[in-house]
Amino acid sequence: MNNKKYDFKGTPLRGSDIKEKKVLTTSWRPNLQYAWDDGVAIGRYLKELKNGKIIARKCNKCERIMIPPRMFCELCFRATDEWVYVENTGVINTFSISYVHWDAKRIKEGEKPFIPAVIEIDGASEGMGILHVLGEVDPEDVKSGMRVKAVWKSPEERIGAITDIKYFKPI
Amino acid sequence: MTEKVAIVGVGCTNFRSTTPDLSYRELTYEAATKAYEEAGVEPKDIDSFVSTAEDFFEGYSIADEYCPDQLGAVLKPVNTIAGDFLQSLITAYMQILTGRLNIVAVQAMSKASNMTTLKELELFAFDPVFNRPLAENPHFVAGLEMNRYLYDTKITREQCAKVVVKNKLNALNNPYAGHGAKITVEDVLNSEIVSYPLTRLDISPSSDGAVVMVLASEETAKKLSDKPIWIRGVGWCSDTFSLESRDWAQPISTKIAAEMAYKMAKINDPKREIDLVELSDLFSYKELQHLEALKFCSKGEAGKMVDDGVTEIGGELPVNPSGGSLGVGNLYECSGAQKALEIILQLRGEAGKRQIKNANIGLAHAWRGVPTTTSVIAIFSN
Ligand SMILES: [Zn+2]
Repeated sequence: MNNKKYDFKGTPLRGSDIKEKKVLTTSWRPNLQYAWDDGVAIGRYLKELKNGKIIARKCNKCERIMIPPRMFCELCFRATDEWVYVENTGVINTFSISYVHWDAKRIKEGEKPFIPAVIEIDGASEGMGILHVLGEVDPEDVKSGMRVKAVWKSPEERIGAITDIKYFKPI
Repeated sequence: MTEKVAIVGVGCTNFRSTTPDLSYRELTYEAATKAYEEAGVEPKDIDSFVSTAEDFFEGYSIADEYCPDQLGAVLKPVNTIAGDFLQSLITAYMQILTGRLNIVAVQAMSKASNMTTLKELELFAFDPVFNRPLAENPHFVAGLEMNRYLYDTKITREQCAKVVVKNKLNALNNPYAGHGAKITVEDVLNSEIVSYPLTRLDISPSSDGAVVMVLASEETAKKLSDKPIWIRGVGWCSDTFSLESRDWAQPISTKIAAEMAYKMAKINDPKREIDLVELSDLFSYKELQHLEALKFCSKGEAGKMVDDGVTEIGGELPVNPSGGSLGVGNLYECSGAQKALEIILQLRGEAGKRQIKNANIGLAHAWRGVPTTTSVIAIFSN
């Protein structure tokens, strides 16, 4: 890390200068809202999550069992064939330990880092999984290849969303 | 090196106000499956894919990345145009002209029904410093334009209303169209004023839908299709964004794009040489303005063409036989695709009840809507 300080000449501008209208500014807060039609595949996937189940779709040509499910196979370019329930357990493909929030602010002292992971789901084809987060685990204990299990919200809390699974925890 | 490029397959979905049963991916998949089937190709035979997507319309940033799957383009060369489908078609055309690519697929899709704050999204296209703080509704720009156009040309609101009546009637004979209706000039004039002189019925309603086409070089096209439709000329042009200093009475970008396309297609007298036209009618008066800019008549004469029935199916120069955007719906980036689709179906003799006799050369035109000044043209022949 280079700690050398550079002395650039110029007019310093702080966020507060803008708030206090010390400089000329114009602002616009867009109101952009979307309601994406889920279609057949995502619709069923979300409905099953609400039931506490994970469903996949099978292509009989390449034999892949795919999650998230899709009505057409993007590799064979043909309609997929059947619904297949898969397990709510799997293996960590890759993970990261994240110390910053979306806005690039560092997490607070003592706050737990966020551990995103790709989990290859048991029953789905190799390399097919869910991108989720890990919980009930210390960051230093997480390893690729580790077996994990979904921790669900209670049925009353579930709304048909990927967040109906709270996180995956080691088993 | 190939010099001729043809459309060898087209596919589309129905164009409807809402399509709740299909995701945007499933919509494109349907159109792609039909186009590939018609062309007798599979994704593995296609050398490159050009999709059309505007991030804010899709509701994704870098919407490009969400294009390959439904086109069968995973792990293939793909590029995405943030413009109208006709711009994508021209890109595909040029890719084939390089001689390095033989078969290219082009796609556009509208899920306007999924944009729940559509008007605010359109407003977001306005300049944030000069215009947005004053704007209430994006249609006011069309109101300004229509007013100056009518003032300059003495064309009347009635003549604009006749465009709506004609296009909605044409749409009744187009099974893909979602906004066909039998209405009268009075219905248009008496509908609510949105932004004077523009009424609700002068504005094309939004629609969902997808279109995919397959393009091929000359030799391949002749092998793949017994009815190849050739691209004869293309043109595109953008004017200044400035609402303060643009020409309000006439769409100069369309005029310049037309000159480019006519030169390439070696067309000297458009009205005599072109058999049918699908042009941008996102607002009723735009059809008249564009007829003049495309040199089908002199300035101020388009109203008379409509009065005389010249632009009807069966007239001397049928305009928007598909029903246009007023009858099919505003498909946003997919608008030019619907226009080109109609020209291709007509030139193949596959337009059913609305078939135009002896249709050999057709022109498709798109304008990117308020507040833009971008125009695109493609001329096709059978
Ligand atoms: Zn497959």
